Amino acid sequence: MRRGISAVAMAAAIVLGVTACGGSGSDDKSDKGTAAKDPAAVSGTITYWDTSDAKNEAPTYQALIKDFEAKYPNIKVNYQNVDFTTVEQKFKAAAQSGKGAPDVVRTDVGLIPEYASLHYIAPLDGTAALSDTQDFVAGPMNTTKYEGKTYGVPSVTDTLGLLYNKDIFAKAGITAPPATWDELIADSATIKAKVPGVAGTYVNPDSYFLFPLLFGEGADLADPAGKKVTINSPEAVKAVTEAKKVYDTSSLKVDFASAYDNMQTSFKTGKVAMLIQGPWSVGDDLTGSAFQGKEANLGYAPVPAGSTGKALAPTGGHDLAVYQGSKNLDAAYLFTQFMTSSASQQQIALKNGTLPTRTSAYTAEVLKNQTIAGFKPIMDTARPRVALPQVGSLFTPLQQEYIKILQGKSSVKDGLDAAAKEFGKLLPGYTVQ
Amino acid sequence: MTTATMDEPAPGTAARPPREPRPGLTSTIRRSWDRHWYAWAMVAPVVIVLAVLVFYPLGYGTYLSLTNANETNVAKDIGPVHIGASYHWVGLHNYWQVLSGKDGDFYPRLEWTIVWTVCCVAITYAIGLAMAMLLNRKVRFRLFYRLCLILPWAVPAFIGVFAWRLMLNSQYGVFNDIITSFGLPAQDWLGTPLSQKIAVIMVNIWVGVPFMMVALLGGLQSIPGELYEAAEMDGASPWQRFANVTVPGLRPVTSTVVLLSTVWTFNMFAIIYLLLGNNTTGDTDILVTYAYEKAFTGVSDYSGAATYGIVILLILVAFSTFYRRQLKSEQA
Repeated sequence: MRRGISAVAMAAAIVLGVTACGGSGSDDKSDKGTAAKDPAAVSGTITYWDTSDAKNEAPTYQALIKDFEAKYPNIKVNYQNVDFTTVEQKFKAAAQSGKGAPDVVRTDVGLIPEYASLHYIAPLDGTAALSDTQDFVAGPMNTTKYEGKTYGVPSVTDTLGLLYNKDIFAKAGITAPPATWDELIADSATIKAKVPGVAGTYVNPDSYFLFPLLFGEGADLADPAGKKVTINSPEAVKAVTEAKKVYDTSSLKVDFASAYDNMQTSFKTGKVAMLIQGPWSVGDDLTGSAFQGKEANLGYAPVPAGSTGKALAPTGGHDLAVYQGSKNLDAAYLFTQFMTSSASQQQIALKNGTLPTRTSAYTAEVLKNQTIAGFKPIMDTARPRVALPQVGSLFTPLQQEYIKILQGKSSVKDGLDAAAKEFGKLLPGYTVQ
Repeated sequence: MTTATMDEPAPGTAARPPREPRPGLTSTIRRSWDRHWYAWAMVAPVVIVLAVLVFYPLGYGTYLSLTNANETNVAKDIGPVHIGASYHWVGLHNYWQVLSGKDGDFYPRLEWTIVWTVCCVAITYAIGLAMAMLLNRKVRFRLFYRLCLILPWAVPAFIGVFAWRLMLNSQYGVFNDIITSFGLPAQDWLGTPLSQKIAVIMVNIWVGVPFMMVALLGGLQSIPGELYEAAEMDGASPWQRFANVTVPGLRPVTSTVVLLSTVWTFNMFAIIYLLLGNNTTGDTDILVTYAYEKAFTGVSDYSGAATYGIVILLILVAFSTFYRRQLKSEQA
């Protein structure tokens, strides 16, 4: 009988133990950012989640970590490569429970407001993580801000530009890349007429690629200052109408299920003359028959301008963020500082061809890289996206309505009105027109 | 003296009730415990595992669906920083939002989920039965055919789905290569919501047929051959033999596989999600993929996703109960 009772007691203990994990809460914040310690005295182990391409880019980061460990022999870095597409959910799950979260995480710039609003990442102002902030390019630095504080340190940056095939342009007799969307449509018509079997462009139906058009008309997803949803403003309608026009007149037929892959294949095999793309795609482009061994055939230009006359594209890239619950914040700050220093950024740029975020890292040697040299002037057109924690959720309804508009299932105005209505549900306190 | 006072003697009084009281709940339990404690100890591991893996998550999900919990207001343990939960009880508000159609998504998604489930189960069953009948006769290389037809089952679903996605690619897919080589125009297989729906149903049938076929083949082999012989002696046509011997003989297997297949298809997440990717209009989402988007895009809406989970569960429980009862009344 004793035995039986103890089995039940054990069951009760297990069940209670599980529920206790839910826990009750007090709101005490531990003191952080104690006076900067002597860096050499910091010791311990930290975990770093890297989201760079595991095959092509990760070795550069791993080499830098070796250098870091040599410089600070008392700190050991546990390197983990996490897939870029799943890192958001993995990090949030780990960060929320406090179990298994990394100390430093490489974060897409678009996620900083979300992580910061959920208190997962630590404000870095006044810590060792931020050094020489004057040296950072303004665009990437802006992506780290949320409600006046700095929550990340820019590591690499990118934006969208117009990539084009110079051979096709020469065959069609076009001398300069299009500067406006209307020119892009006209050039596409010329290419279609003069170069058989080649289309002007391939519209990427992902709503992120709608930003250059929206920004070009002065539109955006929402206006946090005025607490207004602006995705169905007259400017936005104008922008999406233009997108639809490009899709109808100038694009190769889009396969919605495999849009990105087909777009890349078509461009690199010379079936498409121009693409709105980012620097991350260049490595892939150069493996295709149109550019292999002919790197100079790839042209770089800013995205076409809208009716405001300004060419603008969203700032992308990655920041390093420090987990607020890190048990070794000092080491995490030092690591973040090291990985974003000018010397580290130069090494990353030389090896991986990604764009540095420090002015001083654009050395003559770094600028020899064609991609970096090609995209550096385009970076001037980059501007940050609206810093809202819900941005990730907003993309889903916008995406769905954008595709309905492209497929002709709803008009531009109706589609954007429907998206605005969904935005209103996701953004409490915002007015929808 | 009334009965009431007899049943509830004041504490401390030594008055004995005139008749033996019925044993109370606690004493029943105690007695059963004295007699059967060993049995309880034996089932304890199962009970514990069920409690931890099934009842606790289910109970917690139900609880969340009655609150306004989302990622901004649940409790967080961020290392030394602990942020308490600040969500609160909202009663049946979430269910009302969903069932009244106020959220605008439930009924369109439910409609497509039902169309999807009925189409998939009916066609999969029909093809599975036809193939099982073919393979039930004595043909040469029967084993080889059986192995080939089971192959889709042996391939992990996501690999099969990606293979289909490549084949259906409108520019570089093998299907368009074939039909254009015959001079027919290339098709945009995944281009519109309607064609996407047809494509996902097709792929789900491809994945589901082997299971149906194997299960029904087992059922066919358990039908005694004498029944067919007797029917033949009586001059039954092949159709009559099928309708009056095969179909009733398969009923026990059919009822089980249709129920299982309905539940699986209703919640078939992988095929829709993987075949169509992210660039969809949302029209192809079934309830499960819709709930997934709620829970796992941007700032997670836990209560909304939990509400959908519970609603899906209730729909399936209602269906299974109704279906079982219907079968029982048919058999009676």
